[in-house]
Amino acid sequence: MRHGRWRFLAGALVPALVLHAVFVLSPYAQAFYLSLTDWTGVAGEARFVGAGNYPRLGGDSLFLHAVRNNAVMLVVVPTVTIGIGLFLASMMHLGGRGGRRGIAGSGAYQIVYFFPQLLSLVVIAVLWGFVYNPNNGLLNGALRSVGLDGLTRSWLASPSLALIAVMAVLVWSSVGFYVVLFSAAIDSIPRELFEAALLDGAGGWATFRTVTFPLVRESVHVAFVYLGIAALDAFAVVQVMTVGPGGPDGATEVIGLSLYRNAFQYGKFGYASAMGVALFFATLTLAVLALRSGRKERLELA
Amino acid sequence: MTVTRERAAAVAARPAPARRVRRSGAAFPVHLAMLAWAVVTALPLLWAVVSSFKTDDEILNEPWSLPASPKFDNWSRAWTQASIGRYFLNSVVVVGAALVLTMLLGSLVAYALARYEFRGNRFIYYTFVAAMFFPVFLALVPLFFVVQQLGLLGTYPGLILVYAAYAVPFTVFFLHAFFRTLPSEVAEAAFIDGCSHSGVFFRVMLPMARPGLVAVGIFNFLGLWNQYLLPLVLNPDPDRYVLAQGLAALSVSQGYRSDWSGLFAGLTIAMLPVLVAYVAFQRHIRAGMTAGAVK
Repeated sequence: MRHGRWRFLAGALVPALVLHAVFVLSPYAQAFYLSLTDWTGVAGEARFVGAGNYPRLGGDSLFLHAVRNNAVMLVVVPTVTIGIGLFLASMMHLGGRGGRRGIAGSGAYQIVYFFPQLLSLVVIAVLWGFVYNPNNGLLNGALRSVGLDGLTRSWLASPSLALIAVMAVLVWSSVGFYVVLFSAAIDSIPRELFEAALLDGAGGWATFRTVTFPLVRESVHVAFVYLGIAALDAFAVVQVMTVGPGGPDGATEVIGLSLYRNAFQYGKFGYASAMGVALFFATLTLAVLALRSGRKERLELA
Repeated sequence: MTVTRERAAAVAARPAPARRVRRSGAAFPVHLAMLAWAVVTALPLLWAVVSSFKTDDEILNEPWSLPASPKFDNWSRAWTQASIGRYFLNSVVVVGAALVLTMLLGSLVAYALARYEFRGNRFIYYTFVAAMFFPVFLALVPLFFVVQQLGLLGTYPGLILVYAAYAVPFTVFFLHAFFRTLPSEVAEAAFIDGCSHSGVFFRVMLPMARPGLVAVGIFNFLGLWNQYLLPLVLNPDPDRYVLAQGLAALSVSQGYRSDWSGLFAGLTIAMLPVLVAYVAFQRHIRAGMTAGAVK
């Protein structure tokens, strides 16, 4: 039996470990080394330049645009998504006032809201490219049909609107998931708490502030981390939907796009790897900060 | 059913008249808000589906109207001339094979790590799980060269292996927790009956783990079907484009000038499998995905 045990374990683990080492672990490890070279893809011609790529990042205006845009997205996308998500989820549970029963049809609403979450960001980007089209898109068509011709814009081509248009798409695609998430969290709050608030004469807003929100705080926290990581990506939407892509004039550039362009269009593999490392540390910082503040909150509750 | 019962209990628990007064006051704006977001969500999707049946002229001049007569040839043109059919089949081949490989390897690893104690167990577990938290962009450049050196660039096996490699960590993470919750008595009985280790795994544990396998299988299907970054980098041959990649290429290269209706049809074709999976499994999907988020 012992012999069979080791043979089974080896058979179960080795194929997956080989795959993991070759296609996942080794690329991640190599990326750190490559970021210290000036490699342009020719075998044997990677020159070690130490940290030299990193100061160059600071002088690359397009990359700085990307960092700025990602930073804006990191704040705006989670805040707006969570705001709408919490609003809709607590609306669903308002029923009378502060109750926890869903309003009629809340199940159907959730089904509709959730669907975009499942679509590929590429499909979403192509779809919204059509919606934003200045001549025959849905958005300008809607504005014209209600007589607001003055508000029609060339959404993705104007520098001041393009980033907002991109962020709106990200919010649109993810709100449904968080409605369902927050809805489940509100469901698990004991009904007595709502009834106590009702008896105390608390209105909808007071109930939300004193009962609902404090008790779904952990879910909100998780949501911030998830959305933050998603906001550091945004590659597919920007690459497919925007002019340039990343334009106009760097207005929608994101780090992923800069990395992709430098590596696979300009062949600056070492430099692109440095961007990857920068993105990695941004993600890591975000995760650590989120985990630490989460721990503090839990201590306060305890 | 449970919802109805809960609602009935709630009605019983509260003084009815007061409730009715409050409810009629709050219900209208609540419904308005819910409905507004439902329209915002559904309208672009419905618009794309409707547009896929219109002529280019109708799309260009009347973005809002219904088609005068539905044009089914948009779909056949997208499927054949715009290569959506080929991209679709490429996706089916790559995602199908990668899904089978991911589930097989992922469940083997998860089971071995969850049910056997040996030195290095935790280390191997964290090796897999840590990879879930690294941005794929970091690996992108070296991954391209690894795949190139193996001669797998732009091939089915290359994409399948890479897809599987990046889907296994989540599968291990999810199923590891699942295998831990399964009772060990059945497995022990099977051992006593002379079943081998692999026999226990395939004949006893896998069937018992079916709910977990279905859940993680659905997530993996959606994740792999929607994959874009990996094929964009590793799959340069237009004949082997997967659906998302092909659709993106079409919309960037020709969409704004030529075949609008064909593109809308392609877009609708790309949404269909996900819609079908959602309609079939929507309860599982929503419950499973939100449960995964809280963990």
